[in-house]
Amino acid sequence: MPSDRKPIMQVENLEAWYGESKALHGMTFDVHEGELVTLIGRNGAGKTSTLRSIMGIVGTRTGSIRFRDQELIRKRTYQIARAGIAYCPEERAIFAGLTVAENMTLPPILSPGGLTDAQLLEAFPNLKARRKSGGSKLSGGEQQMLAIARILRTGSRFILLDEPSEGLAPVIVKEIGAQIQKLKEQGYTIVLVEQNLQFARLVADRHVVVENGEVVDTLSNEDLSSNLDRVKTYLGV
Amino acid sequence: MFDGVSTQLLFGQVLIGLINGSFYAMLSMGLAIIFGLMSVVNFAHGAQYMLGAFVAWALLNYLGIPYWGALFIAPVVVGAFGLFMERTILRPIQNLDHLYSLLATFAAVLIIEGLVRQQYGSTGLPYNSPLPGGVNLGFMFMPWYRLWVVLFSIVICFGTYILIEHTKLGAYLRAANEKPEIVESFGINVPRMISLTYAFGVGLAGLGGVLAAPIYQVSPSMGSNLMIVIFAVVVIGGMGSILGAILTGYLIGVVEGLTKVFYPEGANLVIFVIMIFALILRPNGLFSGKEGLK
Repeated sequence: MPSDRKPIMQVENLEAWYGESKALHGMTFDVHEGELVTLIGRNGAGKTSTLRSIMGIVGTRTGSIRFRDQELIRKRTYQIARAGIAYCPEERAIFAGLTVAENMTLPPILSPGGLTDAQLLEAFPNLKARRKSGGSKLSGGEQQMLAIARILRTGSRFILLDEPSEGLAPVIVKEIGAQIQKLKEQGYTIVLVEQNLQFARLVADRHVVVENGEVVDTLSNEDLSSNLDRVKTYLGV
Repeated sequence: MFDGVSTQLLFGQVLIGLINGSFYAMLSMGLAIIFGLMSVVNFAHGAQYMLGAFVAWALLNYLGIPYWGALFIAPVVVGAFGLFMERTILRPIQNLDHLYSLLATFAAVLIIEGLVRQQYGSTGLPYNSPLPGGVNLGFMFMPWYRLWVVLFSIVICFGTYILIEHTKLGAYLRAANEKPEIVESFGINVPRMISLTYAFGVGLAGLGGVLAAPIYQVSPSMGSNLMIVIFAVVVIGGMGSILGAILTGYLIGVVEGLTKVFYPEGANLVIFVIMIFALILRPNGLFSGKEGLK
């Protein structure tokens, strides 16, 4: 793990609000290039809010998000995306009014090195046959594939992935796990929100435990196995 | 053809219906685009249409720029005015209830119409037809200018429809209509896109005004008179459905024309009778399918 080098992203004392209600109470963590970091914790701990705050999709946020020597805290969502961060939301956000092909090619190419349309269809063969279907006609697994596929097009190599395994059949989860593994091998940096500990352990380098909008623990993937009981207490399972 | 109805009268009224329908279609389409993306009921649409006619009149009378030049310049001028309105009036209240934008655009109507009335009076100004004359079709006389308006409006309406339903730009608009924050997370400047869409819809209203100038009087109230019908068209067609707005616009124009032939007393009422039935039978609009902005 390249922990001796300077992190690609440093989140410091990040606080966020949705209207009146405070969702994050000072998150501090960092992510290194090529690393896969998970945010784990109970429902409502602030994992999704953390990703949304990084992306600027919250009401108000304070603190600091440094990404490649650039401060993002005051940037607009589209500027954050153009800085090289891609976001795959929990609800997958497939556009019902657009076809699968339109959904797939919607994100613009922001920097070189993204996957071409042909490469995407090769990587996600299920989507090929359904190119002309409406976005709402896809199964949950297909929607998840599409949500991941389309952001790989932009050329961004820093990806925020929110619960890709949620609500999917084990065989699909396995397939998505294999895709994430492949992205890691290709050098992508990934922040993964995950409830499914088994899934998280298969792909992660490091785990950041979130509770009440704060980081309460950080463990390497090896440490996770030896501290499983402690982690399960955090997760309430 | 029908007892007591001459073909001349019948086709004459169908033509007038199509002319009126051209304006109904263009204006309700603009309203539908704006509502679809911004959830703003643009009450100022009629005033912006009126501004298009006045800009055309001013271009001709102050700068000597004829109709064909105004056809391009006036929509740009009115669109730029729309951009200004979006930035100054609509953006500050974009997160409030829809009622606020409706009231704000209504206030804009009062101000715009008042200023124009102050400057030019309320009687209306003449604007000569750029295409005088016409052709005798045997059963009726077809003025060239009216033929031009019908054909041009069809091109504009269906061109806009194709732009929104079948291009990449249109895909961005439809997507931003569903989930703006996700589209923005792809690196697209959604606020700017919304401003430009409003300007485009307003520019369409301005274009309608230029087209209308040689047909109707260029007067401060020309837009308000039309808007009542336009809102009925939008309600019948389905709020935010572009194709619905276009088709309903032409349909209502023709139905109105035909009513003038067969039951003249009902011509002003028929649109609202249809609206009532549409609201009862298909409250989401006749064309509220799954297509496009909704």
